[in-house]
Amino acid sequence: MAVKIILPARPASQSALASMEPISSELEVRIRKRYPNPEGTFNLNVHFRALAGFTILFGASGAGKTTLLDCIAGLTDPDEGRIAIGGEDLYDSENKRDVAAWKRLIGYVHQDLALFPHLTAEENVAYGLRTLSDSDRRARTREILTAFRIDHLRGRRPAQISGGERQRVALARTLVTNPRALLLDEPLAALDRPTKSSLVADLRKWNQHHRVPILFVTHSSEEVFALGDEVIMLDTGRIVAQGHPHDVMRAPRLETVAHLSGFENIFDATVTTLHEARGSMTCHLGTGEVDLETPLVRAEIGSRLRVGIRAGDLLLATVSPQGLSARNILPGTIRRLVQKDVMISTIVDCGGTEFEVHLTLAARDDLQLSVGKNVWVVVKTYSCHLMGG
Amino acid sequence: MNWEAFWLTVRLAAIVSTLLIVIGIPIAYWLTYSRWRWKFLAEAVVALPIVLPPTVLGFYVLVALGSRSPLGRWWESLTGHTLAFTFEGLVIGSLIYSLPFAVQPFAASFGAVDSKLLRASASLGHSPVHTFRRIVLPLSKAGLVTGFALSFAHTLGEFGVVLMVGGNIPGVTRTISIDIYDQVEAANYSSANWTALVLLIISFSVLSTVYGLNRRSWAVGPWR
Repeated sequence: MAVKIILPARPASQSALASMEPISSELEVRIRKRYPNPEGTFNLNVHFRALAGFTILFGASGAGKTTLLDCIAGLTDPDEGRIAIGGEDLYDSENKRDVAAWKRLIGYVHQDLALFPHLTAEENVAYGLRTLSDSDRRARTREILTAFRIDHLRGRRPAQISGGERQRVALARTLVTNPRALLLDEPLAALDRPTKSSLVADLRKWNQHHRVPILFVTHSSEEVFALGDEVIMLDTGRIVAQGHPHDVMRAPRLETVAHLSGFENIFDATVTTLHEARGSMTCHLGTGEVDLETPLVRAEIGSRLRVGIRAGDLLLATVSPQGLSARNILPGTIRRLVQKDVMISTIVDCGGTEFEVHLTLAARDDLQLSVGKNVWVVVKTYSCHLMGG
Repeated sequence: MNWEAFWLTVRLAAIVSTLLIVIGIPIAYWLTYSRWRWKFLAEAVVALPIVLPPTVLGFYVLVALGSRSPLGRWWESLTGHTLAFTFEGLVIGSLIYSLPFAVQPFAASFGAVDSKLLRASASLGHSPVHTFRRIVLPLSKAGLVTGFALSFAHTLGEFGVVLMVGGNIPGVTRTISIDIYDQVEAANYSSANWTALVLLIISFSVLSTVYGLNRRSWAVGPWR
């Protein structure tokens, strides 16, 4: 009995946008690469197109994101496949074509930035402009230093400037060369939030004129929503989902997606009743006693699927709640309370099914929560996300 | 103190260590970046002069420079005399003898340059050779200075190779170490002592200058 909600990992060509974009700005990647890693052999096998604008590569560490970027930049060779930018092949195993990294004109900003320590900020930025005359090079360098608000740093070495400034220098150094595509490997990872958003704004502004595909690697779901026109979700070398961030991240249909986008609670469930008039259905969770009312999906009674619930979407009450709109109010007992930074992870046993609930420190103290206390877990219908099993 | 031998030796060491910069950099570049599977054999050949007795090395160089070898014949047809027992022959012998003392510090410092910088340079459109010139060489200054100084000091004190290849011709191939040997043979200990002391002081000065320049910072200031 198949549940028809599995999103196929399609080799992604997108929407009507594709035909409207100039063909020259499209990056096409179809590669396979096997390589040894600590857990045995890793298989990278991806196929996607990236149009002008931000495409987010999202996945846990070890998903193959950096190897994928290295292949596109020409710093490592795939086993087979094809990489093309604007219809020009950079790599094609069938025609034995492999353009050297330094001839690819693809900008790559690595997480470690790799600024040249013996050159000043200005010399770093000018480095990629070797074909220009001295005066042109100086003019272009000054222009982008000003645009990225780092003009005052131009005489300083990388060791003499701050982390955020180094990030700007690294970005400027790559952008000034007018790359045909831009690969950014967690370029914002080390930055605080205000620095991050001003840098992103500068990057967006730059790309309004240049219109190149930007592959942006991150494992922060926040950055996915902040940046993404398109998100590609990678898991152990495969693309497991692709689409608009809102679709892929908020309504995950695959369990790997769910784990990556942060569902602390994932349960096996069986559909027991359909309430088509109310737009909901009842699912029995696992082997315990809990029945949950969830949104209605195209499924039949007896279908097996999975339910994902974010720990932060759950409420706890110390008295039986009355007059709530939430459909699911489950009595249970607190089994564990674990502090994680400024948040309390609470494990509640509801008739054999354990829920993880995230609370603030203040909530724990106000409600005087402790192990063994009887509580009620409140689950909104639309906090239940359904996935194919 | 035999000043003729002294200046001959300094001249020899300066020429050899300068030539080794020119010859050693490409060899070290290749040793650092080549992925040839038999590279280790080349590494062993470069390192041979460290372990080989100088007389063995000197013997083969002498044979290679003599009028029976192609190189010797070519040189003879060019200049009218053989390479053996000349200053030029001494330079060639010393180049081989001091090669590892230049190449190994060069290769070590090239290899110590962070590969991320090389990848960044490639992504910014620079060929490997250009990257080497703009990034690797400037960041390997310490290794270049070390290699130059070590090969200089090493050539300064060589004995066995000089004797085999150059003999003992005053003003042509008699170096300072051979002069010391001669003086000891003639029981002229006082003169030998002075010459030996000068060689010791020069070698110590060169090495301490190199190590001083390469220091990251004084752990404890020498003036305190």
